[in-house]
Amino acid sequence: MRAVRRFLISVGSVIASFALTFLGLLAVTFFIGRIVPVDPVLAVVGDRAPPQVYQRVFLELGLDRPLYEQFWMYLQKALTGDFGTSVLTANKVIDDILRVFPATIELASGGIVIGTLFGVPLGVLAAVRKGKLSDQIVRVVGLIGYSAPIFWLGLMALLVFYARLDWTAGPGRLDIAYDYIVTPKTGMLLVDAALAGEWGVFANAFSHLILPASLLGYFSMAYISRMTRSFMLNELAQEYVVTARVKGVAEWRIIWGHALRNAAVPLVTVIALSYASLLEGSVLTETVFAWPGLGQYLTNSLQNADMNAVLGSTLVIGAVFVGLNTLSDILYRLLDPRVRGER
Amino acid sequence: MNRISRLLAVSALALMPAFGLVPAQAETTPDTLVEAWAIDDIISLDPAEIFEFSTAEIAGNAYQRLIGFDINDVSKMYGVVAESWTVSEDGKTLTFKIREGLKFASGNPLTAEDVAFSLQRAVILDKSPAFIIGQFGLTPDNAMDKIKQTGDYTVTMEMDKPYASSFVLYCMTATVASVVDKKVVMEHEADGDLGYGWLKTNYAGSGAFTIKDWRANEIVVLERNDNFSGAAPAMKRVIYRHIPEPATEQLLLQKGDIDVARKLGSEQLDALSSNPDIKIQQGVKGTIYYLGLNQKNEILAKPEVRQALKYLVDYGAIADTIMKNKAIVHQAYLPRGFLGAVEDTPYSLDVAKAKELLAKAGYPDGFSVTMDTRNTPEITAMGEAIQQTFAQAGVKLEIIPGDGKQTLTKYRARNHDIYIGRWGPDYQDPHTNADTFASNPDNSDDAAAKPLAWRNAWDIPEMTKETQAAVLEGDAAKRAATYQKSQREHQQVSPFVIMFQEVEVDAMRKNVNGFIIGPSFDTNSVAEVTKE
Repeated sequence: MRAVRRFLISVGSVIASFALTFLGLLAVTFFIGRIVPVDPVLAVVGDRAPPQVYQRVFLELGLDRPLYEQFWMYLQKALTGDFGTSVLTANKVIDDILRVFPATIELASGGIVIGTLFGVPLGVLAAVRKGKLSDQIVRVVGLIGYSAPIFWLGLMALLVFYARLDWTAGPGRLDIAYDYIVTPKTGMLLVDAALAGEWGVFANAFSHLILPASLLGYFSMAYISRMTRSFMLNELAQEYVVTARVKGVAEWRIIWGHALRNAAVPLVTVIALSYASLLEGSVLTETVFAWPGLGQYLTNSLQNADMNAVLGSTLVIGAVFVGLNTLSDILYRLLDPRVRGER
Repeated sequence: MNRISRLLAVSALALMPAFGLVPAQAETTPDTLVEAWAIDDIISLDPAEIFEFSTAEIAGNAYQRLIGFDINDVSKMYGVVAESWTVSEDGKTLTFKIREGLKFASGNPLTAEDVAFSLQRAVILDKSPAFIIGQFGLTPDNAMDKIKQTGDYTVTMEMDKPYASSFVLYCMTATVASVVDKKVVMEHEADGDLGYGWLKTNYAGSGAFTIKDWRANEIVVLERNDNFSGAAPAMKRVIYRHIPEPATEQLLLQKGDIDVARKLGSEQLDALSSNPDIKIQQGVKGTIYYLGLNQKNEILAKPEVRQALKYLVDYGAIADTIMKNKAIVHQAYLPRGFLGAVEDTPYSLDVAKAKELLAKAGYPDGFSVTMDTRNTPEITAMGEAIQQTFAQAGVKLEIIPGDGKQTLTKYRARNHDIYIGRWGPDYQDPHTNADTFASNPDNSDDAAAKPLAWRNAWDIPEMTKETQAAVLEGDAAKRAATYQKSQREHQQVSPFVIMFQEVEVDAMRKNVNGFIIGPSFDTNSVAEVTKE
């Protein structure tokens, strides 16, 4: 019982720190948004609006009031999920985000699945064959994934696999011919198409997803494999591994059954954080592949000084980041008995 | 996109011939035209609010306006919704006779009631483009009295002064004078907003196409209007896809996944020009590139310095390299194609002359000055080129890059030294640019009107008077002469270094015909497009 109570308390403190972090994020984004030397009124009225129109919108946006008052108003609304109206899309920011975010989730999820499926085994391989050629190869492949500009890799991938070989579809989420067939339910095309039983749409959406998701997958694979390698090296040096070997346990069982199992605990955190960074960091990928997700939405709002949209999407990204971090913290506590006891 | 990734993108494309690119298998549907463009400027689909490039074009294809003009000779105006018009004796009242038998896409007949409603609505809503109609003395308070339906098919508009009728009529060719379906719009009225909340994202017009869907930063879908009174378009659907990245557009076009690419850079156009499946079409636009020299800066306020800087831009070189295919040298505030536009180009790079002028102004060794530069590739490159030529006469130019809204905010507050600007006319009459480049009724910081002359703190009571008088000149030839004189004087004394006029260049598949690039964005037309 005591253990359960302690666990609940620690989860509670994690959640409390989530709330505080979120509040901090809200304040920082708001004030940065107000400090930047960009006039939010211009976003509403355009470059050539006459002064009286400008003045009216200035008042409508409440920009004449003191900053703390503006923040208080913003806070009250934001906590109820109301981030105001986007001047670019004329929709409520929250509706916009709900519309574009599934596209990003779909992309990032594809990426993290690919990254994990390849990253973990490669990392294990590199650890086991430390210093050998295969280790070097994994490291070089990882290094390229980590350091090559994602923008350039994306274009090259399009050139080779879409333009030259014709293996995949090009930019966008669907071919024009498949548009408007499926009514969005979740916003994730693969899921929606599967729910509707439209397998033609599913296949088309899949072929559009495969390139950008592989690219993001490659990017996260580089990180995941590197971390897996180091966790595995750490585990393989532990006493229980030596003991197991002495007891004559098969080497593959030691690696995949014992060592990886223990390395899996910190790996969960790595994968969760990697997923979070894919969700926020796919801006360039979304631009190259004309993927209408949150990254593109945010960039576009920034360029157009659509501050409500910028604040709203920054908050969502921040919340996802903090949320996934918190989740992995909780998972960590659940999975690792050593941490569970700690306070 | 930063410069490194741009460089990499370009090198990636340079590698394309090495792959033997690109086989064309993909094709769009024969009755659908697919265009790739940057449509992230759309903020509203309501004609009373539309003031952006892409929406102006969409409205031009989806709504009918009172008056139209011949895109090959803009001086020829003709009625669209208006069949004819008459001007009263005193020149202050305009009567439009509305064409009978027109229908909206909804099936409702288009009558004088809709026309009067549309104009009143635009003035009352008072959104950004409302001033185009409002400048005839119409205000939200008097719009209902001054614009009146006088019969089933007649509408009158009463103005405060006897404006040149060409001026008034050109204003009626602007998007803001589009006719909306009163019945449909008012069915969706909420809290007395005249249907504004609804029409922002919906459609109620009578053009060749209807606006079927708009997903921000994703897609705009136009569909053929079966109730259209004119010739039915061959295309059933026209799709604008938001593809902001030029290199991606190029790929899609080569593959045949799109029919028209609208936002290509000079490199992409060069690469495509040798492709047998692609053709390139261009049209001169009314947009002008210029430098604005803030007169609050006492160095820039010296007449010799202003002149000297005009001799320190290598117009020809920029037009042939950075702006290749995309601009022509132009040095007067009226773009060619406009009534009275001056086409002579008195300035070219002349360092010796500039030095002489600078010495006369008391700066034989030059001076230091900053320039706010929007961080788009073209504007940045232009800024760097100008920096180099300025330096030849000792003028040290520091470039301050920023995004569009950032530089604009500074410019509007008159906090810049030099600003590189791009200006598109609001309607087809010369007054639109004269009013902004050559008129400044009040140079104080809290002035009511803030034209470009004001933004550069250029105090010109005389020229302002002349500009305001020109709109009352009924004789077109005399009016043209006035503007010519004004432009020549402006070229000599103004704090504007007018440099180029924009050319729109689009690349399209060989089988696309009838795509029209008009002189303004609202005259870009897809109604006559066919695909072989």
